[in-house]
Amino acid sequence: GPACGGGCRFCGSSSLKWACVLSSGSCEGNSVERKIYIPLNKTAPCVRLLNATHQIGCQSSISGDTGVIHVVEKEEDLNWVLADGPHPPYMILLDGNLFNRKVMQQLKGTSRVSGLAVSIAKPNPPQGFSPGLKCPNDGFGVYSKDYGPQYAHCNRTVWNPVGSGLSYEDFDFPIFLLEDANETQVIKQCYQDHNVPTDGSGPEYPLCAMQLFSHMHAVTSTVTCMRRNSIQNTFSINPETVCDPLLDYNVWSTLHPINSSEKVDPKKEFIMVATRIDSHSFFWNIAPGAESAVSSFVTHLAAAEALHKASDVHLLQRNIMFTFFQGETFDYIGSSRMVYDMEKDKFPLRLENIHSFVELNQVALRNGSILWMHTDPVSRLNATVEPQVSESSLYNSSVGANVTLQEVGFSQSLPPSSFQRFLRARHIPGVVLTDHQASFQNRYYQSMYDTPENIRMQYPEGLSPEETLEYVTDTAKSLAEVATVVARALYRLAGGANDTSAIQADPKTITQMLYGFLIKMNNSWFQSIIKPDLKGILGDDVPQHYVAVSSPVNTTYLVQYVLANLTGTVVNLTKEECLNPEKTPNAEKEMYDYAWVQGSLDPNSTSRVPYCVRSTVRLSKALSPAFELREWGSTEYSTWTESRWKEIRARIFLVASKELEVSLHFAWCLSSESSLFLTVTPIQ
Amino acid sequence: MWPRERKEDFCLQICLIFSCALPRADCHVSHDSHQTANSTTKNFPCCTCDLEPRQTTAAADGSACHSCMILNLRILSASAARVPCLSSLFSLCRAFFWLVSLLLASLIWFILVHLSDQGNARLQYGLLVFGAAVSVLLQEAFRFAYFKLLKKADEGLATISEDGRSPISLKQMAYVSGLSFGIISGVFSVINILADSIGPGIVGIHGDSPYYFITSAFLTMAVVLLHTFWGVIFFDACEKRRYWCLGLVVISHLVTSGLTFLNPWYVASLVPIYIITFCMGIWAFFTAGGSFHNILKCLSCKQEDDSRVMMYSALQVPFED
Repeated sequence: GPACGGGCRFCGSSSLKWACVLSSGSCEGNSVERKIYIPLNKTAPCVRLLNATHQIGCQSSISGDTGVIHVVEKEEDLNWVLADGPHPPYMILLDGNLFNRKVMQQLKGTSRVSGLAVSIAKPNPPQGFSPGLKCPNDGFGVYSKDYGPQYAHCNRTVWNPVGSGLSYEDFDFPIFLLEDANETQVIKQCYQDHNVPTDGSGPEYPLCAMQLFSHMHAVTSTVTCMRRNSIQNTFSINPETVCDPLLDYNVWSTLHPINSSEKVDPKKEFIMVATRIDSHSFFWNIAPGAESAVSSFVTHLAAAEALHKASDVHLLQRNIMFTFFQGETFDYIGSSRMVYDMEKDKFPLRLENIHSFVELNQVALRNGSILWMHTDPVSRLNATVEPQVSESSLYNSSVGANVTLQEVGFSQSLPPSSFQRFLRARHIPGVVLTDHQASFQNRYYQSMYDTPENIRMQYPEGLSPEETLEYVTDTAKSLAEVATVVARALYRLAGGANDTSAIQADPKTITQMLYGFLIKMNNSWFQSIIKPDLKGILGDDVPQHYVAVSSPVNTTYLVQYVLANLTGTVVNLTKEECLNPEKTPNAEKEMYDYAWVQGSLDPNSTSRVPYCVRSTVRLSKALSPAFELREWGSTEYSTWTESRWKEIRARIFLVASKELEVSLHFAWCLSSESSLFLTVTPIQ
Repeated sequence: MWPRERKEDFCLQICLIFSCALPRADCHVSHDSHQTANSTTKNFPCCTCDLEPRQTTAAADGSACHSCMILNLRILSASAARVPCLSSLFSLCRAFFWLVSLLLASLIWFILVHLSDQGNARLQYGLLVFGAAVSVLLQEAFRFAYFKLLKKADEGLATISEDGRSPISLKQMAYVSGLSFGIISGVFSVINILADSIGPGIVGIHGDSPYYFITSAFLTMAVVLLHTFWGVIFFDACEKRRYWCLGLVVISHLVTSGLTFLNPWYVASLVPIYIITFCMGIWAFFTAGGSFHNILKCLSCKQEDDSRVMMYSALQVPFED
């Protein structure tokens, strides 16, 4: 993350910049600077991430990398950059459709490239684009040479065949994403005006150039950077941290309240429902994750709401725990930490309490109406438990709904899922529900193109933001069907015996959640369910779901508050009582969590009506156990860290030829030494 | 050829500029000016410096560059004067006067801008022109104020000196004041631009002329020279009460300032400004007492006899036979 908080840019480099205070009353970029540079504001950098053994991502030099701009829209344009162009190094403006492994390998091997700016391809590349690995989270799941070796390293099924692995490569030049099409147009215009070669020979100076700043402080691996951190913390008066571990919080809640300060009775059984809430892409903090994360946790939230509305929930013999794991993209940070806490007795539950496991993974792109159930083939072979319980409940629940449940073949392994981490620790019967039988249906897995368009979310034209929030899309209806099936199956699994036709997920809630988590967080519903002092987290930009290093991120907060709103109850407490439940009688602070939310806006007034919500929603820390155990080189737990940096920015300008620069130096000497020449002139 | 004193000064100056970078251990320091004269021409670049005791210690400690810079300022500000200390003091004072005039002018402009309608572009442009004119008039007013101050100082120094003559020469002070005025003005007009020219980019992406930097540099040089010449002319005019000279100086300053508003049409602003500079230069030369005869003498490289020695022998009491 940034090494210094907030606005690090100070007022210019000259110590006499205070002169501009006299002239303009403010000190932000004087007029000469504005004549020279055009800053590019809507960009996303590629930053450096490190794990136990490698560094991935991009690096620029400490004072930025400069290069003459060249626009590459087809592969032939690359020849100018790689061989023919007379003014290397070049800064390439790459069309999004050419951002593939083949082109990047060519750019990596040359010194004539000083940086890259990628413009988003509109529409999405039709052949798919995924910078993730072909075999995500390989080596950190359950399959290894000791357990199901024939399934390890995607030997049988390649989950992400479109994956190029670009995100996991190391580049020594900066790569930026240009999010704004207007800025891309400005750069292309500058290129057309100055840089286009005339009649085969090179273009004339001055040329249009770009400078990218994204210098990363950490190098080599997590082991190195954590060692340097500890040296700094031990010996330096002003320690300079170079990297931070990726961390956040898992959100969990139970159907029946439990005492979170004590350990649960070993005989109590829980059904665990899990989804991941984070995603990733090549660029920093760009992770729309529509299909890979949002679809699954929105369905999960809707199922939790539907279950809580059932009339006889309190009579169910087993409890249900709804868990939302953060950091799963980076080798299962959240789930590995929860398993570790359960094993070390730091969590109210233990692994023995888990009766069965249901996970939802990428459920929005169903082919027809089929929803696939994946189970672990190795535990089926060693079946001492009843693996069929989950499946039969699911089959029974899908009767009458527009969802066809089907099992994948017995010789197929589990897809990458949090369930694998639980299996690593203990045999638990469980099932993973997805919309893909073998390889992912999602052709934009962990990329910047995993947007609402990818899950076929379409709104009619001309709707206001409020109407768009309320409009029920087909995607929402489809996810509602899945949520209904899951809720009914969970009811059965938990021992419910009554008719489940009353348990229905609400498509209206789902469509509001999809809008809030994929299009605009700053909508009226989200505003009404959060705490008053968290208003600032609702931004107007497209929501991103990257785990980041400062916690909790917006996504975690919102999942927490949405879950509290959907599964909690409104209680009649005043603000002081709600904020201090330990002083309130009958509040049972250990069983419940109380939140004072700001409430919705009255249609005719400007004030909100806040109220107190009581729920069982809690946060548990999602930091990889490797950092707790201080095993920076662990191969057992995730060791992902993110480097720190000072400034990240991009700008374009014109550069002069070397001859003009020399004459500029001469002129400078002339003006500053004119006084010197005067003194040797004889004057009496 | 130049008189010997000039040569000493020149050598000393060059030597000092270079010796900033040399280790101080090689330098001999001495109070004796007689030894200074001999050693300078012999031991270049390792030279002796006419240092005051305080600065000797500093040099011996190794803060050579610091004392060198002070010496440079002294030499620059009073190449002909034999009282470097006073000249540098006056030049700093002069620069401060210029700064105060600029501050007052910008305060006036700032207040006017905030009292007026900020959306009206024509009005703001007009205010800028007015502000520039006010600044010019204030600078000339402060130049006059400085002249008065210098006159008073001159009278005061004359009364306390031994021989009734003030150790400073008003002609040299005129030159010094103009020069420091010019330097501070040049520094202020160019330092912002220099700071931005250090980056990788040049002006031009929005369609401005790419000759921005080089034109600024030439303009700054012209401004520095102009202020020096104006200083000489102005002081002389005030001395001899030739008020039409004063008026001409103020008018030419206003014209120069106005010509800069013709930028970015650089030809229209730079050429007339240089013509004005040249004319002012010639006028200042003649005002300061120069003539064609002097130039010819300088160019013909005639070595003057050491008049100092002659004076000494002339004063010597002849031996009694």
